[in-house]
Amino acid sequence: MTDDVRILTTGLDPAALTTELVNDRAHSQGALVTFVGMVRDLSANPVTAMQLEHYPGMTEKSLAAIIGRARARWPLGRVLIAHRVGLLHPGEPIVFVGVTGSHRREAFAACEFLMDYLKTEAPFWKKEFTPDGERWVEAKSSDGEAAQRWRAAQQQQQ
Amino acid sequence: MIEVLFFARLRETLDLARLALELTEPTTVGALKAQLAARGPGWQALFAGCQVLAAVNQELADDATPIRPGDEVAFFPPATGG
Repeated sequence: MTDDVRILTTGLDPAALTTELVNDRAHSQGALVTFVGMVRDLSANPVTAMQLEHYPGMTEKSLAAIIGRARARWPLGRVLIAHRVGLLHPGEPIVFVGVTGSHRREAFAACEFLMDYLKTEAPFWKKEFTPDGERWVEAKSSDGEAAQRWRAAQQQQQ
Repeated sequence: MIEVLFFARLRETLDLARLALELTEPTTVGALKAQLAARGPGWQALFAGCQVLAAVNQELADDATPIRPGDEVAFFPPATGG
């Protein structure tokens, strides 16, 4: 069991991180699920750049706690979360979540669980730069509902 | 002394990232918010909405959470990472 939380100021390379997990013979597992989040490039709403801010210390603790909750629900091999901070441009990866497990079902579920909680609980904040000026991104209620869904599912099981 | 940190929109609005405050006896997050809001209109507006979260020693906190000398307190908007 190895947990890995990396806050990166440059160069998040999803291919390299995936290769690292595939080549980890010490945690040989049957399944690897990865998620990569990227800066959106929508022509209707042009974002020229994005600034990612975080709370050093609390962000790492918060991500470690979320991984701990995922491990309490599913038997997992390795979990690797990498998140960019600083200035980003459309198309660049912001976040990478990689989960290995014995079977695909728990790896898929844990990967989605980690992303849902990362979005609502880990202290990161996005500011968008557009031709009309800059704006802080507002938290979406749909993200809160996505995390809430897991709590409801657990209550049903109990 | 306690250290109070501000992030994202709050840091920009206040033009302040950190503030060292004298604290001789224990208080709470709610009492600290009221104390900060009394500093002026900009501060008042900041704490009027419900869209301000607090952390004490890097753990999410609510108004009843105690603050003791030496603690690190932070205020910030809901997370928008990922």
